[in-house]
This record gives sequence, C-alpha cells and structure tokens, in this order.
Amino acid sequence: MVKLIIPVSKPEEGAAGLTGIWRSFKPIIDQEKCKHCLMCWLYCPEGAIERIGEDKLTVKINYDYCKGCGICADICPFKAITMVREE
Amino acid sequence: MPDLWEVRFHGRGGQGVVTASRILVESAFLEGKWGQSIPMFGAERRGAPVSAFARISSSEIRRHSQIYNPDVVAVFDPKILKVLDVSEGLKKNGLLIFNSVKGPEEFDFRGFRVAVVDASGIAIKLGLYFAGFPAVNTAMVGAIAKVTGMVSLNSVMNSIKANWSGRIGELNAEAARIAYNSIKVG
Amino acid sequence: MGVSKVLTGNYAVANAVKLAKVQVVAAYPITPQTTIVEKIAQFVENGELNAKYIRVESEHSAMAACIGASATGARAFTATSSHGLMYMSEVVWWAGLGKFPMVMAVVTRALAPPWSIWSEHNDVLAHRDCGWIIFFAEDNQEVLDLTIQSFRISEDEKVLQPVMVTLDAFILSHTATPVSIPNQSDVDGYLPPPGSRRLPFILDPANPLTHGNLAYPRNFMEFRYEIERSMGNARRIIVEAGREYGKITGRYYDSLIEPYRCSDADAVLICMGSSAGDAKDAVDILRDEGYNIGAVKLRTIRPFPYEELRDICRNKRIIGVVDRDYSFGFGGIMHGEIKSALSDLHIPVQGFIAGLGGRDIRVEDFIQMGRKLYHIIESGVGEFPPIWINLRREVFR
Repeated sequence: MVKLIIPVSKPEEGAAGLTGIWRSFKPIIDQEKCKHCLMCWLYCPEGAIERIGEDKLTVKINYDYCKGCGICADICPFKAITMVREE
Repeated sequence: MPDLWEVRFHGRGGQGVVTASRILVESAFLEGKWGQSIPMFGAERRGAPVSAFARISSSEIRRHSQIYNPDVVAVFDPKILKVLDVSEGLKKNGLLIFNSVKGPEEFDFRGFRVAVVDASGIAIKLGLYFAGFPAVNTAMVGAIAKVTGMVSLNSVMNSIKANWSGRIGELNAEAARIAYNSIKVG
Repeated sequence: MGVSKVLTGNYAVANAVKLAKVQVVAAYPITPQTTIVEKIAQFVENGELNAKYIRVESEHSAMAACIGASATGARAFTATSSHGLMYMSEVVWWAGLGKFPMVMAVVTRALAPPWSIWSEHNDVLAHRDCGWIIFFAEDNQEVLDLTIQSFRISEDEKVLQPVMVTLDAFILSHTATPVSIPNQSDVDGYLPPPGSRRLPFILDPANPLTHGNLAYPRNFMEFRYEIERSMGNARRIIVEAGREYGKITGRYYDSLIEPYRCSDADAVLICMGSSAGDAKDAVDILRDEGYNIGAVKLRTIRPFPYEELRDICRNKRIIGVVDRDYSFGFGGIMHGEIKSALSDLHIPVQGFIAGLGGRDIRVEDFIQMGRKLYHIIESGVGEFPPIWINLRREVFR
C-alpha cells in the first residue's frame, strides 16, 4: 500500500497526554452516597469516568485524565461528589 | 554577566507565566535595556502546562527565533516535573528556580544550580489570588531578579506598579520584594 | 519624539490605529489577530479613539463595511488572519479593484488542514493580485510605523488603493518588545486630517451614484490599467511617506527593500517578515567565517520592488530566496517572482522553503542556507530544486 501523510487522527485514550496535571481541584466520589444513576459518567466531557464492577454500575474516576472541571460534582443529584483542592 | 539572558518559564495555564515574562522585560526596559517577551501559544487551557520565554540584553535584539538553550528556567509549579524535563536545553551550570516549600537540596538536578522560593506561600500570605489560585508570578520575577541580577528589585517593583494601580500593585510589588529577600540558592 | 512602551505586535497596530484617528473599524475576531481589535474596542470604549466600531457577523461583512465607510470618505481599518482573510476574500478584491483606500492588518497564519494557528505567508500571498499594497513587517516597531504610514500612502490621490500591513503570527503578534510611539501632534501633522482627502467620488445619499457597475469588454481593461498606474505611483509615494516619517520619528524608511551588508557581497539571502533579523544575525556570523554574504528584506511585495532588487542583485554571484509559503506544483512564490525579475542577469537563484505552519527558522538555518549558496557557487553545480529546510524526511520513509 502507498504510504500517505494525511491529517487524520483517531480518538484514543490519552491522545492529549496526561491531562490530570491540569487539575487544581480533584473530584472525590463518596461511594456510600452514590445511587449509581450514572449522571456523572454521562456528563463527564472527558470520558474520564469509568463504569466498573460486574453490573458496570459503579463509577470510578480516572485521575490520569480528569482535568478537574467539576461538572460531575455539579450534576450529581445526591451530592456524592466533592471537589477537594489538589496537594 | 552575559550580554544576553535567555529565560524560560514553565507553569500552568492561569498562573501568569506570560505576564511574568512581560514584567521581566518591562523591568529591563526601565533600566534602558532591551527585551523580548515571547509567549508560547498552543491549544492550552487553564491548568495545562504552558511556557513562556524572555530575552534580555543591553542592546537591541534582532532575532525572533525561539529559545532552545536558556540561561535560566523558572518553574511556577513543581507538578510540571511529572510531565516534562524542565532542564531540557538549559545551559551547563544554568539556573533552575522552583516555586516550592522544599529546600534546594531536595531537587536532584546535577550540572545545574537550583534556587527555591515559596512563591505560593508569599501569595497566600498577601492574599494574592487569581481565579481562586495563588498568584505566584510577581514573586517569581522578584526571585529571578535576585539570583540572576539581570534587573534590580526596584525596577521589578516599579514595573509591577505600572501594570496594576493601587493596592493590587502594592501587594504584588511586595510579593516580589519578599521573594527577592527569601529565595534560597543551593 | 513620543514615548516608548513594551508592546506586542498586535498592540503596536492598535496604537497606530489610534494615532491615525481612524473613523470606522469593522472587524471579526480570529486568532492570532483578536487582540488588535480587542484593544481598539477598548480605545473606542474609553474615549481615547473617536471611531464607529461596527461588530459584524463575519470577515466578509467586516470588509464590506470598511468599503462602505471608505466610499463615504471615512478613514477605515480592519484586521484579520488566515481563514478570516479567505472568508473575506471576495470583498478584499472588491476593495482593491474598486480603489477604496483603507488599511488592514493581517496576522500571517497557515491555512488548514491540518489546523494551525502559527505563521505562514500563503494567506497573504493568495491576495497578491487584487490591487492591495502589501507590506511585511520585521519587528513590532516596523509594525507600528508601517501602519501609520499606510494611511498616508493609501489616501494619497496618486494611489487611492488599500494597504495590507502583515505581521507574523505570535512571532510578532504576541511577542512584546520596546516600541517607540510617536506624539499625537506629530502624527496629526504627518497624516491628512481623517475624512479630508479628495476622492474622485463620494458616496452620498443626496447625490446618488453607482460604483462598480457593469463594464462591457470594450471599457473594462482601462479600469485595470488605472490600478496598475496607481501601483506604479505607489512605489514613489511609499518612499516619500517613509522619508517624511523619518522627519517626525528619526526612523527613515526610504526603499521598498532593506539591504543588509550587500554592497560587497557575492551572495545575498532574500527574505521577508519576522525572520529578517535572524537572517541579519546569520550574515554577521557568516561574515566572521569569511563568507561575503548579505541579506535583503522585502518590505513590500506589492508593488513588487523590481528596480531595487535588480540594483542590489546585479553584480552578485548567487541569490537565495527564503519562502515561508508554497505554491504546489510550482515552488516558493517569492522565489518564482524574484527569479523572473532577475532572469536577464543570468545569476542562479536558489529557493529555500522554511517555516511553514510556524516551524521555527533559526539563525543556524540561515547559516546553513548561506553555506549552501557558497557550495553552489564553488562547485558550479547550478541551482537545486527548492530546498525544504528542516523537513523531517524520516516521516516519508
């Protein structure tokens, strides 16, 4: 096949590097309060919230890429996510 | 003292690296020197690692190409160390200036000189915040002035006060003064 | 003599526009131009500039509004870059072909794809044929000086063509250096009072007229020739405006080109825009190494500095042209133009392509280009196809 240099890129995890470094506030999920509604997963603009567990209903934040925008904490109907200042 | 100083600033979007670079150039300009304040723009957003550059010289600088081998690197947030080598291209025995509460000996950079100033602490003590975060840039310029001698503290304080009038100007000038007097050189 | 301040290239433009007492500004934001019109908006808002600031919905409308303003005799200004200029393009031609005096700052920026916000000259050079006078600035001082001079040149009754002042993205637009700002009273004496120039026509509802009506083939060519006459006059008016400017500022601009250490040179490197200073630094270093080399900066590309270049290049053994642009299937645009202008002198003219999409052109790169010119002279191999500087060839393996 002919090799062509064309400006095409595919979405992939970490394409912009470890954007977790951008964060000044860190979202912390209180799993006790979480009702597994998945609103945070739906709203996260970075796709940095993962669904884990057998039923894929438990949410986990990937801090390598979470930029700390706080949308998850804002949208959570059960106030289960708090923003904590980074060290 | 070299006739041409080249400085690189590392920080995070919102920490004011571009403003720091300009304040440094304006301070030199007040002393009749020449300078270039060069921002490095890309797709950065608030919080992302950003850099800026400055050239300071006694005579007019004609070249506009980028700086690859700085004499001084100022790091506004040591978190940057996790994602890039801040000493890249730094001249042998060049100067690394960190905003940190640690001592200079706690930074492991062989072949370079390390200086440390608690710019965040100074900003917090003076109540200097920008968008909720400690405004460290004016303190960092004061620190650079002390360890390099490329501009005087007086010029730095005057250019800060020319940029911000009233109390904000006074407080930022004070931040530069405290940093100038408290920076620790390893 | 005025005051000096540390200014970005964009703020240098804005300060010049204020000093020129521009009456109408219509603009649309685009990186890296935005801070020009932002600063002007601030000047208008705080009363430092008494102008009508028209917020438009596109660059096309910005230029259309400037044409309308110019047609009423008002002093008009806009600024844009890259895709903004391309979107404006249709009316950019209308302004040039319709002989509407005005000044536009263009921050040079590469066209996409791939997306880029950094400098390249193709956006401006795509508009080299539309009747605009086109300046390239080397540094922020020249940005300010050219912008002020451009109003005088544009509004001169022997010219009456629009003028583009171009400055390279970030390298000038966002880089801050000391800039000397002339006194308002000196600029007032240098420029005609805004709105005072004698136009051959004025758009006035009380005296209706149509501009740019249908011209049948038997009438058309003369309109074009008239623009060429104006461009011819502009050569002289630009030099006059540069000399007169020197009288108020001490900074004289008396040619369409700026030669550097050329008189005894065997080889000359020609470039334009913000890399000219790096080229001069390279010339100094090469001179120390024993190379008899000089540099030429093109200040205008339209009108093309035909005589000036021929005078400088006449006795040289080789010329190098550095293009921060490219015409696909041809080569460097300025390389082609300069080679054509010097064709009967039988001097090799080597093309170099450098700095596309903002790739840095370092002093060392100019040194390499200078050495290459000497290699061509000494080996007698003749010129090569355009040489792409710092092209990452491994990408193609």
